[in-house]
Amino acid sequence: MTAAPPPETLRAPLVVEFPFTRSLGPVQSAFLTGLREGVVLGVKTSGGKVMVPPVEYDPVTAEEIRELVEVAPTGTVTTWAWNASPRPNQPLATPFAWVLVTLDGAGTGLLHALDAPGPDAVRTGMRVRVRWAAERSGAITDIACFEPCDAGPDDGGPDSCDGAPARPHDGAFADPVTGIVAAARLDYTYTPGRAQTAYINGLAERKTVGERCPSCHKVYVPPRGACPTCGVATTDRVEVGPAGTVTTYCIVNIKARGLDIDVPYVYAHIALDGAGLALHGRIGGIPYDQVRMGLRVEPVWTEGGRHPDHYRPTGEPDADYDAYKELI
Amino acid sequence: MPATPARPVRPATPSAPPAPRKRRYAREVAVVAFAQSDHRRRTDELSEVEMVMPVLHQVLAQTGLKTGEIGFTCSGSSDYLAGRAFSFTMTLDGVGAWPPISESHVEMDGAWALYEAWVKIQTGEADTALVYAYGKSSPGSVRDVLTRQLDPYYVAPLWPDAVALAALQARALIDAGDTDEQALAAIGARSRADAAANPHAQLTGVVPQGDHQVAPLRTGDCPPVGDGAAAVVLAAGDVARSLCARPAWITGIDHRIEAHGLGLRDLTDSPSTRTAAEHAGLFDGPVDTAELHAPFSSQEVVLRKALRLGGPGDGVAVNPSGGALAANPMMAAGLIRIGEAAARIHRGASDRAVAHATSGPCLQQNLVAVLEGDRA
Repeated sequence: MTAAPPPETLRAPLVVEFPFTRSLGPVQSAFLTGLREGVVLGVKTSGGKVMVPPVEYDPVTAEEIRELVEVAPTGTVTTWAWNASPRPNQPLATPFAWVLVTLDGAGTGLLHALDAPGPDAVRTGMRVRVRWAAERSGAITDIACFEPCDAGPDDGGPDSCDGAPARPHDGAFADPVTGIVAAARLDYTYTPGRAQTAYINGLAERKTVGERCPSCHKVYVPPRGACPTCGVATTDRVEVGPAGTVTTYCIVNIKARGLDIDVPYVYAHIALDGAGLALHGRIGGIPYDQVRMGLRVEPVWTEGGRHPDHYRPTGEPDADYDAYKELI
Repeated sequence: MPATPARPVRPATPSAPPAPRKRRYAREVAVVAFAQSDHRRRTDELSEVEMVMPVLHQVLAQTGLKTGEIGFTCSGSSDYLAGRAFSFTMTLDGVGAWPPISESHVEMDGAWALYEAWVKIQTGEADTALVYAYGKSSPGSVRDVLTRQLDPYYVAPLWPDAVALAALQARALIDAGDTDEQALAAIGARSRADAAANPHAQLTGVVPQGDHQVAPLRTGDCPPVGDGAAAVVLAAGDVARSLCARPAWITGIDHRIEAHGLGLRDLTDSPSTRTAAEHAGLFDGPVDTAELHAPFSSQEVVLRKALRLGGPGDGVAVNPSGGALAANPMMAAGLIRIGEAAARIHRGASDRAVAHATSGPCLQQNLVAVLEGDRA
């Protein structure tokens, strides 16, 4: 038993990525389908206020609202912020302004990006219009960004910046969008902390190192740095195993995607000798239907592996039930 | 709404007759202890439980209670900061969760965990509560991580980061004539100067205002990104009196939320903060201390207006700890505001304080607590 020296800090990339698949209600479906078709829809409350982007329930009265209206693709900036260093995934890769825009005919603000040459070209109250994305799928990003009205012709033609009142729209489109897939990826750097660093470093030397609670003297493996019974730090390192006892097990019959292990196989709780609780691992080297509680096992390391690949029988007689019943 | 003074002012002399505490709840509940970590940019060498545990030990040591003697435990944190599901379960090891304890968690700032614990004590199901909160922002990019709390249909796909949204609010305030860039810089400077007396703060002293991050907000208008933890102990009635020489009684607490859509809100105001303050009884009397959870300098302007705190020189110490501009450990910074306000009452530096916590973009959700100490 030795007091733990300061650890080398381990670190590894950790990527959390998920394609969130979301269904849309009638209002959101109409709005996002409208964007795909180059039409901006809002929803009118019973009080006559037009909300863009639309919501399904009045935020003041909680009343269900379904009355769709079409508003102009032009509007007025109500507040803005200059983003000199765009971050990944943001609408424009070049410096731009974040803006809240109240579209003509609407009574609420829509958040988006404004493509402008610099902060001096942006002001509250300026007139802007939608720049549509070249390829549209029914998502908020179908609006590529806003652009200043004075950046193009203002001759009353299709690109005019003349406002227009909201007008009724039935919200009906061919092939409506009923869902969105919003990909989200966040990149982290994982650092496991003092106790787990020591455990992982120990495994690299084919040793299983637990930590003993100074209060109740139980040995935790893998250690997490604290005794959950006493709520104190576990600082004394103890090498446990290598052999241990199967305390309980299950037979896995369904193959997980990407898992290179034939089913059925046995997944077990294993109390390594000297440990105060069982860890879990796969049992190999024995037919699955011959694994039993009390079976004595030892870790099997593969070439270059940083942790045991599985555990196999040692050939010793089974452990007495009384020897491990407290660890089940 | 009761008649209220236009601007709360501290009583002129300590001998002024104390205002009787208004009894609005079933039980008297007080903050009896507060502890926090030293907030740092990175804590790579520590797991979350290793970061939290010393703070838990400190706050319990102040009361002499042991983990098994606590009636209810509640924590606040967010999995998105660590990037790992159910990360809060790991820190339970630090509170001695075996044999089984009565425990709960909020995926929010710890101020809301404190609210849940306060309710638990009000119901009579517990006499003491341990509340803790922590956040390790260093493993990821917190500006980007926080975009995942936004409306997933219309806003999150644009990835507007937390600074960008605060900057929209700051511009709206400047346009409204409520502040300007110089006044905002002064808020940051005052906060970090005050933080020089706070050994736990991450950013103290003279800090350059720096370049625009997202204009009009400069580096000095934004909070430092860091890792940290905090904990408080709550106790009811005579238990509180037995654990603390001068308990910080929670005489009012309330929290309110506003619409999710930023474009639906008046960003220059915080009606949810005002409503919470009214229900917490803030305007029933003057306060001498205000600990405001304003991660951005511009948000202090909004909160002063909502809480009727007026400007500098009106006798109310606003964020004497340095506030979130000096240390903003996500999910703990709001609980720290309550803890800092309570600690001033514990040591006799305050008689009646307001503490505020926020969550969500541009002050979307707000909690207000009024804390009072017994007068001699």
